[in-house]
Amino acid sequence: MKNTAFTKFHEELGAKMVPFAGYNMPVQYEGLIAEHHTVRKGVGVFDVSHMGEFWVKGPKAFDFVQYVTSNDVAALFDGKVQYSCFPNGKGGIVDDLLVYRVNEVTYLLVVNAANIDKDWAWCVSQAPKFGLTVGKELYNASDEIAQLAIQGPLALKAMQKLTDTSVEDMEYYTFKKLTFAGVKDVIFSTTGYTGSGGCEIYMANKDADNIWKAVFEAGEEFGIKPIGLGARDTLRLEMGFCLYGNDINDTTSPLEAGLGWITKFNDKKEFVDKAFLLQQKAEGLKHKLVGFELIDKGIPRQHYPICNAEGTHIGEVTSGTMGPSVNMAVGMGYVPTALSKADSEIYIEVRGKLLKAKVVKLPFYKG
Amino acid sequence: MKILDTLKYTPNHEWLQLEGDEALVGVTDFAQSQLGDIVFVEVETVGEILEKGESFGTIEAVKTVEDIYLPVSGEILEFNEALNANPELINKEPYEGGWVVRIKVTNPSEVASLLDAVAYEKHVAESAH
Repeated sequence: MKNTAFTKFHEELGAKMVPFAGYNMPVQYEGLIAEHHTVRKGVGVFDVSHMGEFWVKGPKAFDFVQYVTSNDVAALFDGKVQYSCFPNGKGGIVDDLLVYRVNEVTYLLVVNAANIDKDWAWCVSQAPKFGLTVGKELYNASDEIAQLAIQGPLALKAMQKLTDTSVEDMEYYTFKKLTFAGVKDVIFSTTGYTGSGGCEIYMANKDADNIWKAVFEAGEEFGIKPIGLGARDTLRLEMGFCLYGNDINDTTSPLEAGLGWITKFNDKKEFVDKAFLLQQKAEGLKHKLVGFELIDKGIPRQHYPICNAEGTHIGEVTSGTMGPSVNMAVGMGYVPTALSKADSEIYIEVRGKLLKAKVVKLPFYKG
Repeated sequence: MKILDTLKYTPNHEWLQLEGDEALVGVTDFAQSQLGDIVFVEVETVGEILEKGESFGTIEAVKTVEDIYLPVSGEILEFNEALNANPELINKEPYEGGWVVRIKVTNPSEVASLLDAVAYEKHVAESAH
């Protein structure tokens, strides 16, 4: 199991550590619900160093990224970030990711920890089509980069103290390379997966100690706290954000997963599975990923069956939890398209009992 | 972690406090710390007579759900209704306000098979590794 550059801080703070995607990660510090509220109302810090980073460089970089990802890379400009996915050539999803455009010949792909090896193998398999040299123009920097997500309504205000470059006014999903806490060339990105704003910062492992300390010093007056993976999951789920391995995987269609908005069928864009997905769209989707609220008392969990009013199994819960901010039991899962509209009545089978639920529009948390 | 000398324990981290032929049953401080924030407790067995080791309800934390098992055979007399509105009582005071059910003990000889505080502490130390 790998440690991140910040593991010693988590252990010093008494975090409950768990193995996650091959990394020794903090699942909670003071308690999941308190940490969740810290991010919704103030500012919290996640160690997300387990995420993977691939550089794509050179004159064919654009063509490569445009081909392997579903979103339209042509819509990016220097300093812009885009949410996207890697279609897998079989109608499913290799992973979801962020695409950073540094300039027209330099892109950074940020992928999920659990999928680094699979994503890398996939990208390497596609590289020859574009003549990219693996290890140079396509480079896996995952073990060299540490990353913190500093999230919450006070995050940018707190982090502004650590840089002379203006960050408080940055647009959502943009980034700058800047000097941060005295460290040069930190990537400062107004991204994150919590729905409460903030930033994600990328640094070399050797700078991790200094930046961790500086972030907590700068945030002290704002009540900054470390946040574990437990709250990361409840925060993203309240937003209806997909989690790879739960809500999307190698067998789920990006269209059925509600990721049509990052699947761009432009004439100029050729990409993996374009024809297949176009056909799927034309034929109509059989299932859709929906969000639902439980009406009866109980909590939906991953893999619990979803049923119709007659008790027939029609799908499965892919994510479920008690949402600390919405103060409700909520979940996501795939249902037949006919039952995917808001207010559709569905039932969740919880330990042999059918609990009433209704489909709702995402996000659950509206801020 | 708190372990009270006055209670009896199971290896599955329930506690039992004997009061005549009745007893209170809950989960231990260790159990609540492992579960994390508890958000829902469901007991639908009030009035039923259950065997030692049978599940009488469930405890749901944000990320996980666990059955709660009866330390000794008995009739479920009462569910701690305070847990409906405040399930976090189990986190805050697992041995006091966080009790889960009151039972009538039907086979008192089973109590002797439970762990005392010393044996339970040893069990926790071992299961932590």
